[in-house]
Amino acid sequence: MCGDICVVVETLRGQVAEITYVMLAAGRQLAQGLKTKLTAVLLGQGVQKLADTLGAADRVAVLEHPALAEFNPDAYLTALAAVFAGRTPRVILCGHTAMGTDLACGLARRLKLPVATSCRTFAIEGPDATFAALTCGGKLIAAGRLPDPSCVATVMAGGYKADAGKVAKTPPIETLPVPAGLDAVRTRFKQYIEPPAGDVDIAKQPILVSVGRGVQNKDNIALAEELAKALGGVVSGSRPVIDQVWLPSTRLVGKSGKQVKPKLYLALGISGAPEHAEGMRDAELIVAINRDEKAPIFGFAHFGAAVDVLELIPALTARVKQA
Amino acid sequence: MDIVVLCKFVPDLVEDLEIDASTHLLDRNFLRLMPNELDDHALEEALLLKERHGGTVTVVTVDAGDVDEALYTAAAKGADRVVKIVGEGLDQGLSSQRLAALFAQAAGEWPHDLILTGTQAVDDLDGFAGALVAARLGMPYVGYVTKVASENGAVVARKEYPGGLNADIEIVGQAVLGIQSAEKPPRYVVTSKVMAAMKSVTIEEFEAGDAQADLELPITGMAVPQSAAHAEMIVGSVTEVAEKLAKLLRERGLVA
Ligand SMILES: Cc1cc2nc3c(=O)[nH]c(=O)nc-3n(C[C@H](O)[C@H](O)[C@H](O)COP(=O)(O)OP(=O)(O)OC[C@H]3O[C@@H](n4cnc5c(N)ncnc54)[C@H](O)[C@@H]3O)c2cc1C
Repeated sequence: MCGDICVVVETLRGQVAEITYVMLAAGRQLAQGLKTKLTAVLLGQGVQKLADTLGAADRVAVLEHPALAEFNPDAYLTALAAVFAGRTPRVILCGHTAMGTDLACGLARRLKLPVATSCRTFAIEGPDATFAALTCGGKLIAAGRLPDPSCVATVMAGGYKADAGKVAKTPPIETLPVPAGLDAVRTRFKQYIEPPAGDVDIAKQPILVSVGRGVQNKDNIALAEELAKALGGVVSGSRPVIDQVWLPSTRLVGKSGKQVKPKLYLALGISGAPEHAEGMRDAELIVAINRDEKAPIFGFAHFGAAVDVLELIPALTARVKQA
Repeated sequence: MDIVVLCKFVPDLVEDLEIDASTHLLDRNFLRLMPNELDDHALEEALLLKERHGGTVTVVTVDAGDVDEALYTAAAKGADRVVKIVGEGLDQGLSSQRLAALFAQAAGEWPHDLILTGTQAVDDLDGFAGALVAARLGMPYVGYVTKVASENGAVVARKEYPGGLNADIEIVGQAVLGIQSAEKPPRYVVTSKVMAAMKSVTIEEFEAGDAQADLELPITGMAVPQSAAHAEMIVGSVTEVAEKLAKLLRERGLVA
């Protein structure tokens, strides 16, 4: 693994998570540019069979142990630190996700390496490997060098297509020895709590009228409901709207909510932060209303208008009803 | 349960962000700073835990931005102690590594069974303060936490995965938790209570000293994203925009 690009594979309930393929796509580009190998590191219990789905890698290093059966931050960290100790991979890629962000910083400090977070794309510039990271809610891009000889980076969705990391090939497997200390970790997976059922599934709706913090308060949700009704769609929202309990958690669009791909996504008072974009940027038609004409959402919406949503919603509802 | 809450100030994203022509980094001269939203959720979760199990809540922040007001507000909400890390140049923007070095030093000065902080901040580039503090103090870290419970002497952190799935993770002993959202929306406190706190509460100061960060990440520049595929903007008055939009949706067969 010395000098390799290493991808820390993410699995949830026995399935490889999509971000893994995004990392493999990114890792392939880096490995090609730096003329090195791409290694996928797969932790878990009974997961070796998943190696078949990691054909984009030159090899898969597998470590199995009962303590790794479900994600357990301390156990995964202990295992990864042992896997990489003394090996100096060129870059260790972790997902910029619930799992990857629990691991990246602790791993980097245990290995005494710098860490670059929220990377979207990488490039080779002369002898250097560089990263571009999205920061400040998507309002800025930060660029830097991936420090030599080794570093950790977290990868966000959006910079590479997951499909580019899916290659039908069975890579060679290396079984890693079980490191000491896995039985002595202080964290333990207890149980899963299933998502609440019973509400409409926003991922199956063709028309979403999605509201953000720009709608100002809970009372204004009714305006969006009326527009949704006129359009034959349902109302969804961004994280602050859910956190304020203006809408139930089943209506959350984004990284921690649902991935949606409706025919129409009407974004009302949503800034377009990367965590929101992750859940909706593949919608067929995105129309954004935001009074800040520099809002990041206009960078990927198809149509936009920089007007006040509270004025626009009733006006649009009236026009739609006239149809 | 004694809890330390770590808070930082971040750029207010409602404002225009400018790039400094000489450093190619975010221009901090006219930057308006505001408390990191997720840290506010961390404080709320700490206060809920204190209400249920007793103990103390200590809020620690770095002297940048309107921190005194934020600390008095935290005290008015129920924090027992409020602490400001003071020193040279702290308002010039700190890397996560430097911030974590300061937080790890300061946190050790106050009793802590748990350290809570926002799971990330909008301007993080070289790690997340909470995870880095945990690594420095040799404590376990769990992020994306939406609920914290204390059961039989252990802490149970509810961790959020995509699509509404959660997992309970049990931690024995001290831990650092990155809060994604509190169980309830952060409480609101009336100005009169904040004013009262200003009179009765003393902000404790902690000297930053010259603790330097290691493992810094070289950032060579920042830029405002120039998207090739910018939205086609519909212009005009609200009425005109509504008219054009309704026409567009009708043309595309999107009006039921
Ligand atoms: C780990 C993690 C996971 C996350 N997961 C998600 C997720 O799944 N989904 C999600 O959405 N977010 C998620 N977030 C939060 C995300 O980073 C943003 O904070 C959030 O998306 C912002 O929501 P918003 O656009 O509604 O609010 P803001 O960013 O505050 O934007 C509000 C917008 O409304 C505009 N506005 C205000 N008033 C008006 C008006 N009267 N008329 C027109 N426009 C107006 C403003 O110009 C602004 O652009 C996550 C964050 C983290 C750290």
